[in-house]
Amino acid sequence: MNNLHFSGEGFVPPSTNDFNLPPIFENIAWLTKPVLLVFLSVIVVSIFFVLSARKAAVVPSKLQFAGESIYSFVRNDLARDVIGHDFMRFVPYLFTLFTFVLTNNIFGIVPLLQFPAMSHVGFPYVLALFSFFIFHYVGIRKQGLGKYLKEIAFMPGVPKAVYILLTPIEVATFFLVRPLTLSLRLFANMFAGHLLLLVFIMGGDYMLHDSHMIMKVFAPFSFTFGIVLTFFEFMVQCLQAYIFTLLTALYIAGALADEH
Amino acid sequence: MRTFNFAAEAEKVNPLIPHTAELVVGAIAFTLLFLVLRKAVVPMFEKAYAARTEAIEGGIKKAEKAQLDAQRALTQYNEQLSSAQGEASRLREEARVQGAAILEDLRTKAQEEAARITAAAHASIEAERQQAITSLRNEVGALAVELASKIVGEALDDQARQSRIVDRFIEDLEKSK
Repeated sequence: MNNLHFSGEGFVPPSTNDFNLPPIFENIAWLTKPVLLVFLSVIVVSIFFVLSARKAAVVPSKLQFAGESIYSFVRNDLARDVIGHDFMRFVPYLFTLFTFVLTNNIFGIVPLLQFPAMSHVGFPYVLALFSFFIFHYVGIRKQGLGKYLKEIAFMPGVPKAVYILLTPIEVATFFLVRPLTLSLRLFANMFAGHLLLLVFIMGGDYMLHDSHMIMKVFAPFSFTFGIVLTFFEFMVQCLQAYIFTLLTALYIAGALADEH
Repeated sequence: MRTFNFAAEAEKVNPLIPHTAELVVGAIAFTLLFLVLRKAVVPMFEKAYAARTEAIEGGIKKAEKAQLDAQRALTQYNEQLSSAQGEASRLREEARVQGAAILEDLRTKAQEEAARITAAAHASIEAERQQAITSLRNEVGALAVELASKIVGEALDDQARQSRIVDRFIEDLEKSK
């Protein structure tokens, strides 16, 4: 696919079209690389954690320790510390969320795979939708539909006149801004990160194949920067998985709290 | 620039519009992963946690019990020790008292024995003295009679008379004393 970029009369920068990968088989339109990667992530994560948790030993093996470290990070540092009492109910969901997003993000820099599925907005949308339904469901179950909606729309302890301003903001926050920011933040980070890597790697490739000598000399810099950015991307990928899970936990904690 | 029917309808695809297939696949894949992790991973890790907590708490409990046992044994030994010391001093005191009693007893017995021996000696001396006196008396009598007969010139052969005369003589001697 790289060859396309310098077939014309100059460097064609990578665009959003680079994210629309062709179907792997000509006649199965839906089976694209991100779809395959998402399924791969499910298999990889499942196998890793099932193997590491299988023995459930008091003194863990290296594998169990590795799996347990990730699990206890989500369980203790995210679920327990944020949600507090009764957090165990949400641990499976948050754990799945974190490992799923993290694995798919990291696929963006794994050699040969090298594509973050979360840069296809459909996947973050689905995850945000799950989180959206869960935290509203939890709130409604906890406080009853009427009281829950009332507390969102009319925050207690606020002068009546302020509601003119506050109510639209709060309603929009809870039903629009939260799910949208949750999904778009993840999507945009992965999208931009991948685009950035494309620019430097493909730019270096273009420069290397250029007829001018000066361009060839500068090509390694472009590649080097691409590698540096890969490390940076790794950080962003972990961070985004963490943020997505943390915010979901925070929303759940907010819905569970007695006072809004 | 590219030829694939997937995005053929739009050269510039809006990246914010999701593909339906990806929504469905995302939901299915996530749900699958969720089910696997919830069924086979979370309970196992929780089990490991519980077992670990139990092992630690059990260890602590065991240590506490051991300490308690040791404490109890110590007080018991101390009690036994002090009672043994009491017993020993009591026995010593008893022995001392008994020793003194035995000593006293022995002394008394020795004194009694001594007294008895002394008495026996006295008695035997007295008896011998008596015997000596008797024999002396007889001899003195005989001598006196012999002397007297010699002096008187009168033969006093009759035994009975002799002894009567001697007795009277001695009685007179005693009276005169």
